Amino acid sequence: MTALPAVPPAEVRRAAPVLEARGLTLDYAGAAGRHRAVEDVSFDVAAGERLVLLGPSGCGKSSILKALAGFVRPASGSVSLRGAAVTGPGPDRIVVFQEFDQLLPWKSVRDNVAFPLRVARGLSLKEARARADTALVKVGLARALDAYPHTLSGGMKQRAAIARALAAEPDVLLMDEPFAALDALTRRTLQEDLLKLAEEQGFTLVFVTHAIDEAVLVGTRLHLLAAHPGRTIATFETAGLGLAERGTPAFEQVVRDVHELLFADGGRHV
Amino acid sequence: MSESLVSDGDLAGDDVRVTHPAAGVASLRARGAAALAALWQVTLVRRAVVLAALAAAWQLAALWQNNPLLFPTFTDTISALIEGLRHEDLFPASVASITVLLKGYVLAIALALGFVSVAIAVPFVKEVLLTLTAMFNPLPAIALLPLAMLWLGLGEASLLLVMVHAVLWPFALAALTGFEQVPETQRLVGRNYGLRGLSYIALILIPAALPSLLSGLKIAWAFAWRTLIAAELVFGVSSRSGGLGWYIYRNRNELLTDKVFAGLVTVILIGLLVEVLFRLVEQRTVRRWGLQR
Repeated sequence: MTALPAVPPAEVRRAAPVLEARGLTLDYAGAAGRHRAVEDVSFDVAAGERLVLLGPSGCGKSSILKALAGFVRPASGSVSLRGAAVTGPGPDRIVVFQEFDQLLPWKSVRDNVAFPLRVARGLSLKEARARADTALVKVGLARALDAYPHTLSGGMKQRAAIARALAAEPDVLLMDEPFAALDALTRRTLQEDLLKLAEEQGFTLVFVTHAIDEAVLVGTRLHLLAAHPGRTIATFETAGLGLAERGTPAFEQVVRDVHELLFADGGRHV
Repeated sequence: MSESLVSDGDLAGDDVRVTHPAAGVASLRARGAAALAALWQVTLVRRAVVLAALAAAWQLAALWQNNPLLFPTFTDTISALIEGLRHEDLFPASVASITVLLKGYVLAIALALGFVSVAIAVPFVKEVLLTLTAMFNPLPAIALLPLAMLWLGLGEASLLLVMVHAVLWPFALAALTGFEQVPETQRLVGRNYGLRGLSYIALILIPAALPSLLSGLKIAWAFAWRTLIAAELVFGVSSRSGGLGWYIYRNRNELLTDKVFAGLVTVILIGLLVEVLFRLVEQRTVRRWGLQR
């Protein structure tokens, strides 16, 4: 909808998408019968791209992520990963949740990260632990390898969850408001560290958030959604807006544009 | 090292510096009191003190009653206990009881886990389980004994039946509650890694529900132990050694009250031992994981 100074990475665009959502329509059963959460949402995610689903609460962004993960079946439309239809959850799409209890409390941090490598990839315990250690060092948890999750702070738990997702080397990383329950300072540090990791490893990411500045910072492309039912209202290319551009006029302009779109006509879309 | 010296001086107070003779004594007393207070913090010590006080009260009450036929003293009971363990059939009776108990307990736990595993997947089976639990949980297991004897005769099978009844329902209820309380996020994490069926239950649901499962196991153990001892009062398990309940009943018939007490003390001691075992398991699991304080 809106053209931006940022140039989309053309070579990425041409490649076949890793993840495709086509005409995604999601219903859920509520107290008053079936309720439409998302209507006819489509997007592609290319390799190395970071797509952000952004919208107010009730726009179904988390439901879309659950459908991508295979936890919920769409009422109509489809999700496909590398051309194959997604029919259920699988370790090729690892999810990082918002909730701190996503780490399994009965396993040490190291074994939490090693767990998907063991059960989904069939690695030996030794190999899985070695990879877990490498991933945890990368996210700055070298000193918490043997700790149990309940002894960690919220930020450390989310770091461990990100390490667990990265170590599993999924085709697509799915993140459902992973920093929403953190304090502002920790959130900022984790956003920066996530971007640094993305630069190093070049993973493909679908990131759900309701914070506009976080969306512009983290994403290479934004997919704006309106609520009741969730539907696409715009897409933004933000590949050129990262850590270095934060606070620059170009960055703030995009934040304002997105804000205006979301709250146009006194919050018509909200 | 120097730090601890400084803090010692602080503890003793200003008087030490003027070498007042009373100050040294006060400091010694303070240290003694502190050591006692620290000792009191140890659970085992507190429990031992309580037990010793109970034993003393028992001894005094029995001496005052002076009727060994109805109320033997603590010391008489202990000597009957030692005598029974060393020369009589108290030890084989205990082993017999524990053996039957373990058979019934393991059988019932396995049945309950199977039942609950199906119930969490199939809503109708869950309905059946909840109805059966509501019906049978209030029914004392021992009330089934006459029927069990009628169907299965005087033997281990009857005891197993009543014990399975005693354990199955309370444990199934605890397990079902535990599984249903597993946080949604942890379920999704398990499914995200492609876990399904038995591996999902074993690797996600059981560890996540362990606090409820352990408390269910504890309750079920207490029910099983009570039921077994009560059932053994009616008949012995095998011809040679009839279990602890039977030991108590037989000695009552011969008016060997100190041995009756020795049998009861054994029942209690085994109960305490199992309690300690459960505590150890809890410390190494749910407490260590921060799932239970």
